[in-house]
Amino acid sequence: MHKVYTDIVEISGDVITVEAEGVGYSEIARITTSRGVSLAQVIRLDGKRVSLQVFAGSKGISTQDKVRFLRSPMRVASGSNLLGRIFNGSGLPLDNGPELNENLIDIGGPPVNPVKRIIPDKMIRTGIPMIDVFNSLVESQKLPIFSIAGQPYNDLLARIAIQAEVDIIVLGGMGLKYDDYLFFRDTLDAQGALSRSIFFMHTASDPIVECLLVPDISLAVAENFALQGKRVLVLLTDMTNFCDALKEISITMEQIPSNRGYPGDLYSQLASRYEKAVDFDTAGSITILAVTTMPGDDVTHPVPDNTGYITEGQFYLKNRVIEPFGSLSRLKQQVNGKTRDDHRVIMDTMIQLFASYRETLEKQSMGFGMSDWDKKLLRYGKLFEEKMMSLKVNVSLEKALDLGWEIMASCFAPEETGIKKSMIEKYWPGIRQTKNGKD
Amino acid sequence: MEHKRTGSVIKINGNMVTAESDNFIIQNEVAYVVSGQEKLKAEVIKVRGKTAQMQVYENTSGLKLGDKVEFSHELLSVELGPGLLSEIFDGLQNPLPGLARQCGFFLKRGVYLPALEDSKEWPFNPLCQTGQIVRAGDKLGFTQEKIFKHYIMAPFSLAGDLEVVEIAPEGKYNLQQPIARLKDETGKIHPAFLKQSWPVKIPITAYRKKLKPQTPLVTKMRLIDSLFPVARGGTYCIPGPFGAGKTVLQQLTSRHAEVDIVIIAACGERAGEVVETLKTFPSITDPRTGRPLSDRTVIICNTSSMPVAARESSVYTAVTIAEYYRQMGLNVLLLADSTSRWAQAMREMSGRLEEIPGEEAFPAYLESRIASFYERAGEVELRDGSIGSITIGGTVSPAGGNFEEPVTQATLKVVGAFHGLSRSRSDSRRYPAIDPLISWSKYKSFISEEQVAAGQAILRRSSDISQMMKVIGEEGTSLADYIDYLKGEFFDFVYLQQNAFDKVDEATDQKRQKHVFDFIYNNILNKRFVFSDKAKALHFFQSLRQLFKGWNSVEPSSEEFKKIEQEILLLLKENTNA
Repeated sequence: MHKVYTDIVEISGDVITVEAEGVGYSEIARITTSRGVSLAQVIRLDGKRVSLQVFAGSKGISTQDKVRFLRSPMRVASGSNLLGRIFNGSGLPLDNGPELNENLIDIGGPPVNPVKRIIPDKMIRTGIPMIDVFNSLVESQKLPIFSIAGQPYNDLLARIAIQAEVDIIVLGGMGLKYDDYLFFRDTLDAQGALSRSIFFMHTASDPIVECLLVPDISLAVAENFALQGKRVLVLLTDMTNFCDALKEISITMEQIPSNRGYPGDLYSQLASRYEKAVDFDTAGSITILAVTTMPGDDVTHPVPDNTGYITEGQFYLKNRVIEPFGSLSRLKQQVNGKTRDDHRVIMDTMIQLFASYRETLEKQSMGFGMSDWDKKLLRYGKLFEEKMMSLKVNVSLEKALDLGWEIMASCFAPEETGIKKSMIEKYWPGIRQTKNGKD
Repeated sequence: MEHKRTGSVIKINGNMVTAESDNFIIQNEVAYVVSGQEKLKAEVIKVRGKTAQMQVYENTSGLKLGDKVEFSHELLSVELGPGLLSEIFDGLQNPLPGLARQCGFFLKRGVYLPALEDSKEWPFNPLCQTGQIVRAGDKLGFTQEKIFKHYIMAPFSLAGDLEVVEIAPEGKYNLQQPIARLKDETGKIHPAFLKQSWPVKIPITAYRKKLKPQTPLVTKMRLIDSLFPVARGGTYCIPGPFGAGKTVLQQLTSRHAEVDIVIIAACGERAGEVVETLKTFPSITDPRTGRPLSDRTVIICNTSSMPVAARESSVYTAVTIAEYYRQMGLNVLLLADSTSRWAQAMREMSGRLEEIPGEEAFPAYLESRIASFYERAGEVELRDGSIGSITIGGTVSPAGGNFEEPVTQATLKVVGAFHGLSRSRSDSRRYPAIDPLISWSKYKSFISEEQVAAGQAILRRSSDISQMMKVIGEEGTSLADYIDYLKGEFFDFVYLQQNAFDKVDEATDQKRQKHVFDFIYNNILNKRFVFSDKAKALHFFQSLRQLFKGWNSVEPSSEEFKKIEQEILLLLKENTNA
């Protein structure tokens, strides 16, 4: 069997150093302490000194505890047996189910060859008009939800998990409050979505190193399904906690910080996770939606900033709604031309009018008089906020487009919207009916 | 070479591996770490006594202390020869389509393929005779690669006068058959092949002299060509926050720029963007040659999730290939997206080497590395009198969109033009989002200096007035000021902004730019307008703008073009004070 080492020479933070031989880089070891057993990963080799990151944290580790190297990198079980199950960041069950050890796959596998990717062109419907109509989510897209603490981002994620038209949901929780974890579990269970979901949960009280494993383990499992032709949606919350865990560990490791204490490779660390989003040529796809809370609502903070450079757009969740300005899906043009012929018209016109409404609001707050046009805009803006923006709205894309026409028709004359005549004739409520009546 | 030098691994930290050897070690030589069946490529980046610190171009999982290291005696090099065009390489010049055929979806570590297919035969036409004296870089013959005459040159690595002792007759040769034998001054005979290799971190300097970049490089982007031009052989940078359109700008440039060859270095950015380029370029026709755009393009693709150390070398790989084509007297454009990711790769390595950090933990040599990269651009006169050039355009992704950071500042010191993108322009959908108030260029435009100055002046004035109006309101602004404000806005909307989705408007050639700029300068910027009130002025400029937008999307050769021009003149006539 594997040799056991008991010469722990250093314990600092969650990193222990043991003297051992013949150890491979990134290898996994099992540490047996008086408190139980934990996994650890080799993060540095220097002569006989082997530094390990202990997943369960170093609290209570004695210098004479036993370290056994397992001669393999970090692995996780894969396959359909995982569906409906809940695990922690090390891949151990949290749901009283059996431990899984079949079809083990390496986590943090190699990157996809760019020439084997295809240009994404399939929309994922979510039933949320602010996404479907205005910033469509596309298969293989990686999108963060930029938000601040206190906003209902987890509610939003849960809703997307329930409604999104995909085969499998992988939910990775990092630094979650325990009640948030319960919320996800109970909501998905109640809506019957648990059976197509897999949870990897790290709560705020769990050891910090496990937090780092959550994205890798979630994406490794997702990738395995995608290679079998499944369309997988990976939901991660909250990536800022992941970055903070990175920061904590790199500082413990005495790495030189670059920006506000974050390690210099923050960009590469985030990119290697987000870039797992892929639409495989001849197989399935991985789509990533990740919550990124912005400390102090500051988009130039290193975490949202680096994220923005990596992802394909972002959703801004502000004041309990997805803010149309600042939210962007870079891939929407690939899909919104193929849905219904009025999709882009509705998208452009309604946003332009909403921008005018915001200007009018500003004028109103400065005490200027309101013209007839201003009054129309105010009415429109209110309707838009109530019937489109509110996260309570839950309708299909087609219904949402119809709703868009109705809202505009109830506020404006057709020519005031600047919409092409042919579109007005086809869709504008009053006109459409009379025309149909004649037919 | 004597026996192979080897060493063994004594330390591993991320992708930095330290090896010990009893033999000599060469700085920057390539070494391979042997782990079971796999051999991982690495580069020596620091030598200390008997130890070599190496950056491994792969994931180092599973490597062990004591693993064998083989030193190759060669610096990190690329293969140069026919067959580079329309290929897609990673940062170490592995052909990605070849890797996909061999390994499937993923980039398996330790698999390296030759950049060029050795067995492929190319027609060779000799251009020199036996007995002739040549020097490194001189043309020995040529072959045909796509639409280009691909010259086969005397190896760049040979020094002094070389006598051609043998030259192959016209015929078909593969890359391993010698096409010439050259005798150097010491009497040693060197074979020459259709391909040669060259270390990426050393510039190819087999030319007579470097010239001052003077000819404008037409990108067909009006804002760039007219106001902030780039010269052939010059350098420019595009810093901007995320979402401001850096990559779209680079893509448009790679499509429309009037150069022979475009080399795209996708360095640490999204894979999806490269996919778009590599899937669409084969089906887009280059109007200048009638051939697919991919025929004149080489893509070096080391996207953000690919190994970081190879990202560092990818820009060097790209610029070396550019230098090779420049040696043939071609005009090459190198687009690097993004140099910040390249700088970050240096930072990661520097941290692992435990070097004393500079600002924001970037290494102290950041500036000199950036400078020496951009210095590899330039227009050169070759030894046969022909001219070739490399123009380098690099994007910069400053943290938080703030230009006061080390990479942007180091870049600004060495480039000839600065195209700064602003979030406020991109938020208000003014594309290209290059901010005319902060950008500059040291190169000369094909538009006269006087006209350029007038254009920039009205933009500044207009912006000043619009700032003022925010405070004192439209009512408090004088009519003359208001007209200047409208003039500036008009110039911005119809000339600086371009619609990338309009077939005609997306690219404007030099002739048309001159014509339209002349027209605007003479009839609008330099004219006084008289209106009875602000509403009339606004209405006039709105109608003018509408006509111009229509004009912008009409082919210059069409009847429509002349018709709209007359309409605009008529409208102007009714409103100007002669």
